[in-house]
Amino acid sequence: MTATPTSSILFVLTSSFIGSFGAVFLKLGAEHMKGGLAGLIKNYWLAIGITLYLLSSVFFVMGIAQGEVTILYPMISLGYIWTILWARLFFKEPFTSSKLGGLAMIIVGVALINLGKQ
Amino acid sequence: MTAPTVLEAPADTRAAARRAVFIMLLCTITGALAQMLIKLGSTKIGAHLTLVDVAHHPSLFVRFALQMIGNPKLFCGYAMYGLNTFLISIALKGRELSRLYPIIALTFVWVTILSVFVLGEHLNFFRGIGVAFIVGGVSVLGLKGKSGK
Repeated sequence: MTATPTSSILFVLTSSFIGSFGAVFLKLGAEHMKGGLAGLIKNYWLAIGITLYLLSSVFFVMGIAQGEVTILYPMISLGYIWTILWARLFFKEPFTSSKLGGLAMIIVGVALINLGKQ
Repeated sequence: MTAPTVLEAPADTRAAARRAVFIMLLCTITGALAQMLIKLGSTKIGAHLTLVDVAHHPSLFVRFALQMIGNPKLFCGYAMYGLNTFLISIALKGRELSRLYPIIALTFVWVTILSVFVLGEHLNFFRGIGVAFIVGGVSVLGLKGKSGK
């Protein structure tokens, strides 16, 4: 059975980190949306957001090329940590008990999956 | 801003909400299938890189990205993702995003099941319980909780 190298895990974590910034820029883009196709093309926030998503997907594929999907795919969920943090920092969206509880469960889940690596 | 619950909403809103749930459910399945295509395509790219390799030689990153574009399975996988994103944006008009989180979380279940049957990976106790925790966690994220600031 193919093992999952640490470098693959690092690639996927990098990918989810970059992807979380993609979400921030898409949100900025949505807030600065002007009507029409021209408005969509000239929306630089959206362009930056999409570029970040493309970058993050290259890192993801580099990671997933070696190793098991059952280990690597669930790690994407760690991206919610960053998303919730950026939402608080940049958009003043408060931390709530459900967000913190959900994050705690996600972290426990990813830790358990890594325990089952062998 | 609180969304009306399904029970007290008028009939057309209820229908829109049900359609949103259905579209989202479909998206989790196609998303998981896309993930299989991405895995199968990625193994066709020969480059075995580490993060250190990429940091030292950024050209490797560019070369890898170009190989991705020329890979039919990766192309189809990401095209499916693109279509999914479009469908999700339609679904979001019918229902609040936070209420759709429990459905989005199902993707983790489908990907795990498909990894076993399509990719021949092994599931064990820890992996199963771990996925259950993640699904629970993602489902909880969108609930209206007490704001702790």
